[in-house]
Amino acid sequence: MNWLAPNTLFVLVGTSLLGACMGLVGAFAVLRRRALVGDALAHATLPGICLAYLAVGRRSFPALMLGALLSGLVGILVLVGLRRFTKVKDDAAVGIVLSVFFGAGVVLLSVVQRQGAASAAGLETFVLGTTAGILPEDGYWIGGTLLLCGAIVTTFLKEFEVVAFDSQFATVQGWPAARLDLLLMAMIAVTVVVGLPAVGPIMVAALLILPSVTARNWTERFGRLLLLSVVIGFFTGVAGTLVSTRYNLAAGPTVILSGTALWAVSLLVAPHGPVARSRRRRSLRSQPEDATTDGRLDG
Amino acid sequence: MSLGLELALRAVVIGAVSGVSCAILGCFLVLRRVSLLGDGISHGVLPGLVIGFLLGGKTNPVPLFVGAVTFGVLTAWLTQAVSSRGRMSEDAGLGIVFTALFAVGVLLISRLLRRVHFDADCVLYGSLGVTLDDTWPLLGLEVPRVLFTLVPTLLLVLLFVTLLWKELQLSSFDPALAEATGVSSTLMHYLLAAMVSWVTVASFEAVGSILVIALLIVPAATAQLLTERLRSMLLVSAVVAVVGAVVGVSWGRWLDVDYAGSVTVTLGGLFAVAVFTAPRHGVFSRLWSNFALSLRIASEDVLATLYRREERSGGTATWSYEECERVAGEGIVGRLAMHRCITQALVHRHPDGAIGLTDAGRDLGRSLVRSHRLWESYLDEHFELPPDHLHEPAERIEHYIGPELRERLAGELVRETDPHGRRIPDGEGDSEAEGDPEAKAERPSE
Repeated sequence: MNWLAPNTLFVLVGTSLLGACMGLVGAFAVLRRRALVGDALAHATLPGICLAYLAVGRRSFPALMLGALLSGLVGILVLVGLRRFTKVKDDAAVGIVLSVFFGAGVVLLSVVQRQGAASAAGLETFVLGTTAGILPEDGYWIGGTLLLCGAIVTTFLKEFEVVAFDSQFATVQGWPAARLDLLLMAMIAVTVVVGLPAVGPIMVAALLILPSVTARNWTERFGRLLLLSVVIGFFTGVAGTLVSTRYNLAAGPTVILSGTALWAVSLLVAPHGPVARSRRRRSLRSQPEDATTDGRLDG
Repeated sequence: MSLGLELALRAVVIGAVSGVSCAILGCFLVLRRVSLLGDGISHGVLPGLVIGFLLGGKTNPVPLFVGAVTFGVLTAWLTQAVSSRGRMSEDAGLGIVFTALFAVGVLLISRLLRRVHFDADCVLYGSLGVTLDDTWPLLGLEVPRVLFTLVPTLLLVLLFVTLLWKELQLSSFDPALAEATGVSSTLMHYLLAAMVSWVTVASFEAVGSILVIALLIVPAATAQLLTERLRSMLLVSAVVAVVGAVVGVSWGRWLDVDYAGSVTVTLGGLFAVAVFTAPRHGVFSRLWSNFALSLRIASEDVLATLYRREERSGGTATWSYEECERVAGEGIVGRLAMHRCITQALVHRHPDGAIGLTDAGRDLGRSLVRSHRLWESYLDEHFELPPDHLHEPAERIEHYIGPELRERLAGELVRETDPHGRRIPDGEGDSEAEGDPEAKAERPSE
């Protein structure tokens, strides 16, 4: 077990906890058809990071996190505003927020770099991410976020379920749908900001989507879907880190591909996956009397 | 010409040429609501680039382009397959596919190209400004090398759009009709994906991936807010891209910041301006038309109420200004609505301050009450609504019923009274649109 060095342990714990956390909040993003919001958010943090650096004058981790979070939230507000007040479609709005915010970040980054401070070097890795560089305090941040999001979701489980599946119905029933929606988005933003320095935007996008989409093949129920997607996110992190250490591969891509592999296997073998569904449909067609004994029709 | 200025000019030309190609293709992405395919493709082509680089080396660009276009189309195809089979929305499918392909690309680079110069940063985070010094001579001018791929790419895009204009137009707006008339919208989707991959790869080195994504989406979304026709949307998006390049490079040079960033921010600014000031879809014009509508409704409510009052008293009736304003609604809208009624000579103010209808106002009030009662009667005859549920919908819809609909409603009804037993006023007001000349003479001097 010489490859399980302390450093690897940090990475293992950090990545798996992050996977669990992203699995939880990502399930809502996917259900609300905003799977790529994580990608946009990740890019939207750059201007905030640069501004925070310019304001504080040195690489203070909490300040950078705060800046990232604030500019991510502004990005979300722009997204929500475009949806509410214009005829710009969601896909274009996500693309606009992603590229324009990142462009603004690039401009600010060249201002920061012109100042020539040595500590400014590698500010962009904060956004682009380096998995091998997960530190113990990252683990605390990630663990804390997981606990926070878990607590919020458990408290508002019923409310979130209604909003996630049918926000119009929620509004009609008198739930504060817009505020719950904003709370969901804020949870996604916090998770993205915490995870970003560790894993980078592409892995953030993948980890937000894959666990819940995989879990969808195993269950039809909302509560189980959330629980499963936390578990799957956790194991994606574990498997990815172990494989990458064992075979000396870059950690980020390996974690993504482990998640993709888990998903692909689920498609083939899971009870609610497309293969199982089409087999069930075929057997129903050949023996129509089984339809009543089975009790439920899938699809 | 100083060297700095010449470099800036080169940046403008490069930005504009790749901008126009991206903007034109981007219009179709935005119209088909697959804008993020641009983002996805720009990451998904990475394995193709690596394989192309392994086969052709740095000197031969053909395998690079073949590899990129192959993987770009693969990204689009896998997204379609995954989201339709795996019961998920298209954006989730796209997210799975492009992150996985990108991960494969990064692993390939780290395993196979570690010792060769192949910088993922250079490919994906390339930047307008890096390639400016790299020129080839042409007709006595120093022409940036990237233009030798960007200009043919632009011509290819123009050729693509011109040759397949009808098919692209039809399949973007009405895929079902396109299929029915024998145009495969699936084929158009993949052709578009292939073109986007091509343009993306051609522009990567010149302007960087983030500007490519911005150029694909932002000018097209801006143009969509400003225009109603596809042809003008393409033109406007191209103009937006060129303006973005010129303005962005100018202030980027002045502040000495990264050109890709400054052009992207400029495009974002142009989009923001369009969001607020677009003639039909802008926030301002929508607010204005909402305001104008509520003003009209408020003043019509005053006229209808006054008319009902006259009807009940059997002759002319007056009302205090304050009561009228209460009917029009409290606050600024109510006050403006009263002002509108007075300046348009729909009501007049008696010397004692009371408000009465002018003849023009009476005609309008009559046709409103007529609309209201016709609608109540119509609802009563054709829907099983309890009598106390008839007033509210009629109160809302009376403001939207024109003379033509009024006559059609009247034609369907034989009755002379509404469900509450009140007489439906006859339609004499409809024929004489002009108010009585006396009414204008009665305009009070304020």
